[in-house]
Amino acid sequence: MKIREIVKACDLQLLTGEKMQDREITGGYVSDLLSDVMAHCKKGAVWITLQAHPNIVAVAVLKEISGIVIVNGRKPEKDTITKAETESVSIMSTERSAFDVTGQLYGMGLRGTR
Amino acid sequence: MRPEALFQKEFTIQGGDFVNAGESSCMIRNTLREIGVDSDIVRRMAIAAYEAEMNVVMYALRGTMQISVYRDEILLTIDDKGPGIQNIDMAMQPGFSTATEEMREMGFGAGMGLPNIKKNADVFNITSRVGNGTKLEIRIFLDGKKTRK
Repeated sequence: MKIREIVKACDLQLLTGEKMQDREITGGYVSDLLSDVMAHCKKGAVWITLQAHPNIVAVAVLKEISGIVIVNGRKPEKDTITKAETESVSIMSTERSAFDVTGQLYGMGLRGTR
Repeated sequence: MRPEALFQKEFTIQGGDFVNAGESSCMIRNTLREIGVDSDIVRRMAIAAYEAEMNVVMYALRGTMQISVYRDEILLTIDDKGPGIQNIDMAMQPGFSTATEEMREMGFGAGMGLPNIKKNADVFNITSRVGNGTKLEIRIFLDGKKTRK
């Protein structure tokens, strides 16, 4: 499954990574605890979280996460966007909850990557 | 005598700088990848470096992080000036954290940092002096053996 497919299907707003929409997503992980993501999220996953501060970009880079979906209508800080563009990290946002987005992605065939 | 490192680099970490936090770890990861270190070892070192870097950002005034690549192992040392750790055994317990409410809201302070480092290291040493600072030594062997004399 590609980034562009989940953006379209889940009606996500693509905030960074316009050119990275063909990046492959191989699974998903939901967590707002950064150490938990560092420990358990797998390479290629889409990470669903309500965290929107710049440090999520470092986590995504270090774990080779395919994309971040920020839920509940939270808007990333300007530094988060700048960093994500520099580091080629794809960030999407939605007004919907983590439960709803995850459920839909699961229904589309994505599975947890722990 | 220890042979000279094949590669060595030092980074400065500023306490309280949440905006640039994680950048040194990203540079370490990129460097290890570029010099052709096995991807599983890069992944483990990246996790350990990130957790150690975040600890300096969250709790210390400042610190240095040094990566040294030897023929048979990678050594990461983190040396900070800060409050130190009162009780290391307690700090090593999964779930124990002294993070502030603000840090927890940002998703830090899960009490998984030091346990994550230990889990990913082949050798992990931590020493601390209260009121002075904390020093971490993280080794990952390049020959794939978990234990070695």
